[in-house]
Amino acid sequence: MSTESNKPQKAFLSGNEAIAYGAAQAGCTVASAYPGTPSTEILENIAKFKETINCEWAVNEKVAMETAIGASIGGARSLCAMKHVGLNVAMDPLMTFCYVGATGGFVFVSADDPGMHSSQNEQDNRNLAKFARIPVLEPSDSQEAYDMTQAAFEISEQFHVPVMIRMTTRTSHSSSLVDLGDFKPKTRDLIPYVKNIQKTIPVPAFARGQRLAAQERTAAMEKASAASALNRVEAGDRRLGFVTSAVAYQYVKEIFPEFSILKLGWTNPLPKDLIADFAKRVEKLVVVEELDPVLEDQIKAMGLAVAKHETELNMMELNADRLQNLRNELLGDVPKAKKATPDTTLPTRPPTLCAGCGHRSVFYVLHKLGAIVNGDIGCYTLGAFAPLNAMDTTICMGASINVSAGMKKAGVKGRMCSVLGDSTFFHSGLTGALSAFYNGTPVTTVVLDNRITAMTGQQDNPGTGKTLKGDPAPVTEIADVAKAMGYKTVVEVSCDDLPGLEKTLAEAMDSNEPALVIAYAPCRIAAKLTKEGLCEVDSAACKACGACFKLGCPAMTRGAEVRPGFFQMKIDASLCSGCKQCQQLCKFGAIKRIK
Amino acid sequence: MKTVNVSLVGVGGQGIILTADMLAKAAALAGYQVKKSEIHGMSQRGGSVTSQVRFGDHVASPIIQEGTSDVLVAFDRLEAVRTAHELAEGGKAVVANVDLVPVTVSSGIQPPVADLAGRLAAALPTAVVVDAMTIAREQVGNERTMNMVLAGALSKVLPIDESYWLEAMKLMLTGAKAKLLPANEKAFALGRAAV
Repeated sequence: MSTESNKPQKAFLSGNEAIAYGAAQAGCTVASAYPGTPSTEILENIAKFKETINCEWAVNEKVAMETAIGASIGGARSLCAMKHVGLNVAMDPLMTFCYVGATGGFVFVSADDPGMHSSQNEQDNRNLAKFARIPVLEPSDSQEAYDMTQAAFEISEQFHVPVMIRMTTRTSHSSSLVDLGDFKPKTRDLIPYVKNIQKTIPVPAFARGQRLAAQERTAAMEKASAASALNRVEAGDRRLGFVTSAVAYQYVKEIFPEFSILKLGWTNPLPKDLIADFAKRVEKLVVVEELDPVLEDQIKAMGLAVAKHETELNMMELNADRLQNLRNELLGDVPKAKKATPDTTLPTRPPTLCAGCGHRSVFYVLHKLGAIVNGDIGCYTLGAFAPLNAMDTTICMGASINVSAGMKKAGVKGRMCSVLGDSTFFHSGLTGALSAFYNGTPVTTVVLDNRITAMTGQQDNPGTGKTLKGDPAPVTEIADVAKAMGYKTVVEVSCDDLPGLEKTLAEAMDSNEPALVIAYAPCRIAAKLTKEGLCEVDSAACKACGACFKLGCPAMTRGAEVRPGFFQMKIDASLCSGCKQCQQLCKFGAIKRIK
Repeated sequence: MKTVNVSLVGVGGQGIILTADMLAKAAALAGYQVKKSEIHGMSQRGGSVTSQVRFGDHVASPIIQEGTSDVLVAFDRLEAVRTAHELAEGGKAVVANVDLVPVTVSSGIQPPVADLAGRLAAALPTAVVVDAMTIAREQVGNERTMNMVLAGALSKVLPIDESYWLEAMKLMLTGAKAKLLPANEKAFALGRAAV
């Protein structure tokens, strides 16, 4: 990257990339995160600036936030990033750090996922910032992501407060041109650390004072927000006045270009004076925001009249089509006739486990064994679907072990296990595994060890031997961890050995003690094994029994229909990885590895 | 200039996001304002994938409204039929003559489409169907350049000069990837010739 010139540099960046550039430009020197869609690329791009930013993958979001907190107390500008549910994990430190307050600028990114493109729930984390009484900045595109990241560090140091940047899937994963100005990653001298336990140890006597200070700080921040260039009026037709933020602003510009807009970039605490003034200048106030009515409820509480409308805007992802419906309703426009509707008779194409994925054989076996499977968050959640059909529950990161413990305690009978990935085990499986062991709850924990954080795009973790910066790292073996906890039954088995898997899993589930099974197979994408080999079906030997199709491998297609409803299997050579899972299911020896 | 909406659809792993990147960069080099949007995450695992590019004098929304795509680029015929309703009246479709069988069909859970060619002709009667995979495999000698064949075809229907496309390609294939440039340039040229 060129940093020598003073001329403005323009770059085509995603919102997540722009945050990384903004952090580098602001002199951020410490950054930590756990991967999670749609936030993952923030730290991946920060790693490009590893010369100035000491960056890392933390094992979970709580660790990431606490690490950034330590850096801030130590006087550095620091950042952490997470997906919306990651903030649930990090709420504990946040709710006290908002009392203690930042020394060096402290910025965290919450990347929400309206519409749940890649998440188990929908959360508007602006609610949590309001709860913590901290500022929220809401970029509407990549330029603002770059600018607001820098502004966030300034605000954080001005008010000694943690600042949330609220991104969404759309702002994180949309790209647009960014004027980087005179971009030059920098470091800043530490604000000298001075021990001050009245600030950094919130025992009740000190915390009470901090609680009062937080209230005063909110009033001061509200004044600053009202005066900030991050909030601006775009005057237009006064019949409608829109109060809007984040990507919703872009949709308002698209659909209501002629009307007045109060564009809010700094939304908590709400700049009430600015809004009251804007309301006086327009005939009807309309609030458009993505997900919860966070702005709208506060504006109504100010006693201002907000336009009522039938068009539901406060759940699922917002888009211009939905605002077009609002326009039709508010202005009495005639809806345009739809030219065509989606063809819903087509076969669907849902995401699937990759050809050769080691998770597949585990789910095949668990289904065969008739087990209740409490699952977790990762690629392997796909094991829930046909034809594998081998998952009963998924709650959140690390829940699998504890849900089994609860079911066992409740007296649910039959074979049962918990299934989670290596990265999820490190994230929040450790505590559950320990708790089950301590309490003697006979939970069988199956760690699907593929030596990578796969679902989010193959990030490193404590089991991979590499850091975010690309440096070598010590490897933590999950078997060693379980043994250190005291587990007597710790079994490692290869996912490529189907009979071995079946025996191991059955024995573990049938035993009456806590057990930990490590089902090992490296992620084929991460290990570049997607073309390790190739299998072929001998059509003279294939009896069309259909046994192999139960794996649901995308490299398998239907060949000749031998009897009505019974098809031979054919392997798509462009997809087959040569894993030989199907070969082990074929009683007729019809499947051979040819390469 | 009115904003031009381009939808690129296909299956995860086909190089759709890279093609959208190249289009967006070419549009930016041509002096347009441009926004690109896509969904990552769970959908990348062999599922349907969509990427959208909008360019013009001023672009607000990063996503395209339903039924307003000026150009639909499909990397797979089934995905072309699935997203045909996204194309605006008078819009143009560029479709690769490629059929990736969904796992729902190969595993027998859902029936295959009986007459895909007929369904495609009915849904997108003016579609330009490009034998992109055959061209990539047989004339370029590299299946992975299928997306550049389609990019070449796409470049013929968009108001962006060829030189900007080639410049964008050079910007994307730097360092160790620079050796892939001749094959990709060839694929792009063959795609242009195919329309």
